[in-house]
Amino acid sequence: MSSNKETFGRTLGFVLVICLVCAALVSIAAVGLKPLQQANKLLDKQTKILEASGLLATLGTSPDSKSIVGTYNKRVEAKMIDLTTGTIIEGDVNTFDERSDSRDSAKSTKPTNDIAGLSRRADRAVIYLVKSEQGQLETIVLPIVGAGLWDLMYGFVGLSPDFNTVQSVVYSDLKETPGLGAEVLNPKWKALWPGKKMFNEQGDIAIKLVKGGAKKGDVHGVDALSGATLTSNGVERTIHFWLGDEGYGPFIAKFRNGGLN
Amino acid sequence: MSSDTKKVLFGPVVDNNPIALQVLGVCSALAVTSSMANALVMTLAVIMVTAFSNLFISIIRNQIPSSVRIIVQMAIIASLVIVVDQILKAFSYQLSKELSVYIGLIITNCIVMGRAEAFAMKEKPGVSFLDGIGNGLGYGAVLMVVAFFRELLGFGTIFGIEILQLTQNGGWYQGNGLLVLPFSSFFIIGLIIWAIRQWKPEQVEKD
Repeated sequence: MSSNKETFGRTLGFVLVICLVCAALVSIAAVGLKPLQQANKLLDKQTKILEASGLLATLGTSPDSKSIVGTYNKRVEAKMIDLTTGTIIEGDVNTFDERSDSRDSAKSTKPTNDIAGLSRRADRAVIYLVKSEQGQLETIVLPIVGAGLWDLMYGFVGLSPDFNTVQSVVYSDLKETPGLGAEVLNPKWKALWPGKKMFNEQGDIAIKLVKGGAKKGDVHGVDALSGATLTSNGVERTIHFWLGDEGYGPFIAKFRNGGLN
Repeated sequence: MSSDTKKVLFGPVVDNNPIALQVLGVCSALAVTSSMANALVMTLAVIMVTAFSNLFISIIRNQIPSSVRIIVQMAIIASLVIVVDQILKAFSYQLSKELSVYIGLIITNCIVMGRAEAFAMKEKPGVSFLDGIGNGLGYGAVLMVVAFFRELLGFGTIFGIEILQLTQNGGWYQGNGLLVLPFSSFFIIGLIIWAIRQWKPEQVEKD
């Protein structure tokens, strides 16, 4: 062992060189792979939106990215809305990020009745209008977020233009327990949703998750997940929050009788 | 392949397994073993990181001042883990979403650091690289066995393909709720260690 490698100057120099080499390596990887990563992220989101609208099922069992992006671009139109007033506003729908907005106190509000466990709700939202080949509005896909058992669960609700008939409830990002809470991703459970009605005849939110299974013919009831009471409660509260006055309520009231297209 | 190479490469799989004998890296073995696909990706990621960190550290082993050697090893390991994470995000987005934070936590996996300090600091680059692959394989072998039992008995599937049809999907098999949860890996790892030590009694510690 040579003693000269233990001097202060040499040690400092060595550490500097290592830092530079490592930093260069990490930067090259991060910058070089960024376009691919962003494309993946976008594709993932578009896939979920198509799934929520029911269009994904029409593309075959494992559609490639090209047909997903193609269908999305042709059939889906993103709109930014102001949640407080329920109006459609101008805004860049591509760069909007709900997660960063809801952390920014200037761009979010504290819900008075925070049943979804959000602590802050972004003031704006991007919704998706899914149209038929002829340009007729078929489905409205609304992003939802609310607390599950472990963490916030992000997903989408697909509604018919009457804002009442459910097309789908699709979760895209959650940390629930596999086999229990994460069964919200089970296709069998997701298949329970289409055709259910969110509101009753008085116009109140009536959708509920029923422990032990919903009665046959109950248009407002969906089976709760067995062994996952807290996740089921979370799903129900999340939907109630987002359909309510502090969620998409004002927007729904404005456009329930048409006007969106 | 010479017998020495073989020993470096395959020794850690059973004879000197990092999880079963050295009891290192157990944390991630609990977290990512609920499905075999996750366990496989984690295995590949750990093999990559241990192999290359061993290689790079071995190449510069005579230059590293011993006063800062742990920090230097950490810097190299951390950089490699970030690179692996970035590659996963770019090429296998779904899996990287499922593994989320656990890829990043390879940095703290004692196997990587352990091999760098115990092997790569003394041995030549080529053999260090093989040692890294070998220890990654040993880690992966345990992970795959644990994941096999957890996925089969917990979810009734292997690599996502249905083997035992679950009652919630209209079948006969009631999934084992215990095996779905991470801590069940403790039982399986314990049983694996017991099985290996029955087979190779020389691994049993003396009192």
